[in-house]
Amino acid sequence: MFDVLFQPAIDGQLYIQWLLSGLMWTLLLAVGGWWIAFAIGVLVGVGRTSRNRAVALAARLYVEVFRNIPVLVQMFLWYFVLPELLPTGLGDRIKQMPPPWGAFFPALACLGLYTAARIAEQVRAGIEALPAGQDEAAAALGLSPWAARRHIIVPQALRLIVPSLTSEVMGIYKNTSVALTIGLLELTAQARQISEATFQTFGAFAAATIIYLLLALVAYRLMLWIDRRFQIPGSAPARKARRLPILRRGGAL
Amino acid sequence: MNSPVPTDPVIRLTEVNKHYGNFHALRDVSLEVAKGEKIIICGPSGSGKSTLIRCINRIERHDSGEILVDGHRLTGDTKDVAAIRREVGMVFQSFNLFPHMTILENCTIAPRKSRGLGKAEAEERAMHYLTKVRIPDQAGKYPGQLSGGQQQRVAIARALCMQPRVMLFDEPTSALDPEMVKEVLDTMVELAEEGMTMLCVTHEMGFARQVADRVIFMDRGEKIEEAAPGAFFTNPQSPRAREFLQQVIH
Amino acid sequence: MNALDFSVVVDALPFLWKGLQFSLLLTAVAFVAGLVLGTGLALVQHLQVPVLAQLAKGYVALIRSIPLIMVLFWFFFLVPLIAGWMFNNGRPMPVGGVLTAFLTFSLFEAAYYSEIIRVGLRSVGKGQYEAADALSLSTLQTYRHIILPQVFRVTSPIILSQTIILFQDTSLVYVLSLTDLVGAASKVAQLNGRLVEMYLTVAAVYLVICTSASQLVAVLRKRTRIATNR
Repeated sequence: MFDVLFQPAIDGQLYIQWLLSGLMWTLLLAVGGWWIAFAIGVLVGVGRTSRNRAVALAARLYVEVFRNIPVLVQMFLWYFVLPELLPTGLGDRIKQMPPPWGAFFPALACLGLYTAARIAEQVRAGIEALPAGQDEAAAALGLSPWAARRHIIVPQALRLIVPSLTSEVMGIYKNTSVALTIGLLELTAQARQISEATFQTFGAFAAATIIYLLLALVAYRLMLWIDRRFQIPGSAPARKARRLPILRRGGAL
Repeated sequence: MNSPVPTDPVIRLTEVNKHYGNFHALRDVSLEVAKGEKIIICGPSGSGKSTLIRCINRIERHDSGEILVDGHRLTGDTKDVAAIRREVGMVFQSFNLFPHMTILENCTIAPRKSRGLGKAEAEERAMHYLTKVRIPDQAGKYPGQLSGGQQQRVAIARALCMQPRVMLFDEPTSALDPEMVKEVLDTMVELAEEGMTMLCVTHEMGFARQVADRVIFMDRGEKIEEAAPGAFFTNPQSPRAREFLQQVIH
Repeated sequence: MNALDFSVVVDALPFLWKGLQFSLLLTAVAFVAGLVLGTGLALVQHLQVPVLAQLAKGYVALIRSIPLIMVLFWFFFLVPLIAGWMFNNGRPMPVGGVLTAFLTFSLFEAAYYSEIIRVGLRSVGKGQYEAADALSLSTLQTYRHIILPQVFRVTSPIILSQTIILFQDTSLVYVLSLTDLVGAASKVAQLNGRLVEMYLTVAAVYLVICTSASQLVAVLRKRTRIATNR
């Protein structure tokens, strides 16, 4: 069934090399996007719980805008629309980026900022689930609101939401496939190309599907490891401690 | 720093009021605490005693009246709030240790981040106070690995690490199993004997007799009685205090 | 950049409206079919029906691990083969993108709904089952009248949140060249070259619909929280 993968393609490579190249772009997009999403998501999530109304409102606006527009449409906004709205010189330079990068960077921005909105909601849920005594104790010790968030609140909130972050990790690698709509030859796109070039659709799709399944397994394992690694001695891991469906989807929309 | 006040009293409350929505939690409460004094605050639940001491370090905001702590007037000014919180230590009913930090880290975080101490100095100080509450050997453990009594003693050490001038205790033994109450009270007695200024909300009347300079009885947000412990326990003036004492003692 | 000209959008409104109607219809069908099927998948797992439980578990894990676009491609490839095998003596039968989309989204969403319902089933206390047993209700009656209504009540905010995601996900039928809201906009944009106006409009439409819907869910969530706390 997978014979097709070891046949040479018109460009002299084996089809499996097409698939692996697709996998590489998928991984690059998922890993790069994740760090953008995580950094912005934590900041926005903390901003959501700020007592400063302007900050809280800005954070809320961010979340509403980025999670209420489909990923595909956001992908088009970054790729087709943004360069047109920028000053002509800058827009042209973006449009003239060489092939994979011209699609890669818009896709990276799209997935990073979209996933950040979802992570922000998880972070907010995590912060709100902490007992009020933690904030009070930090204040009573004279810690500034910033120091309290940095050292006391966020480290605990992140531990609490590891299980729900697992579904966001899986979400971002699955969403990388949307980048094929703006021409990035990631894993799904390569599988389709192989199928179109060889008519061996079943083998091509099955190979890509198996790779996606392995990625899911790795993501799941990794998050399990992180949960245990950062487990606080003397308390249960978040996966066991929290089975709240509210937290699992964390007010996702 | 504004509004200088004579060194005595350390704390002065003048006609403090506090509402939660329609609920009047504190009604015109006035109180002065001199340096080194030990004040016990008691009263039925919902009487405003916890609210009172939580206003002193602005964990709760009062609505009207004046609170002076160590010469600082408590207003919305965050600089004064920070200064007061550095001088006032607090021990909570539910310990509120930071579960993700070791005992040592719990004791060093505030001196380092709020007082600007170096790591070595903060750890040395932490070990000093952990030794004082007799759990130096638990320094590397996490709060979840300690008993309730041990956790509360860590909480006391954590507050002492800021070298406060006043300590507030909000029902420090209410969440403890009976067999652990004594170890925490013993620590508090030692602290009292060293001359620490203390305000303590508690129902432990034996402790009150032993250390208190004054007992304050509150009910429905009002300060009903204020007396030396001997007088208060043997001859309470108000019927409400009498009723309360009967319930607590039996 | 050229000046924005939204009059082209006005001209395209009837076509966009048709596209949006398709998006909404696809969402509605996948919601109903996915919820029915998802409840079935959750129940066979909850009742630990031999073989079926394992199959359901494997199906849910598989679907949740692969991208929706990949699933769409699979169905686009497989459905004509299976249909041909069933109705056309083994010769592939053209089924068309629309039918494939309805089928795919129903089956895909079933996996997501089933996970929500499975968690909901676990949240119902043992006492409810014991009470139903004591009243000598059959298993079917117990689930139909006692357990599932509670599960749906508890999980309704999460199910609706998932449905908003489903509505957004229907935009991916773009890869099958169907005329949903995005497909309609992209077809108009290819004709008149007004990508910017068309896609900004589409983004605004989704934003308004999904934000309003998620506000509704937030209200509902508050209400169920009060109801379950009682």
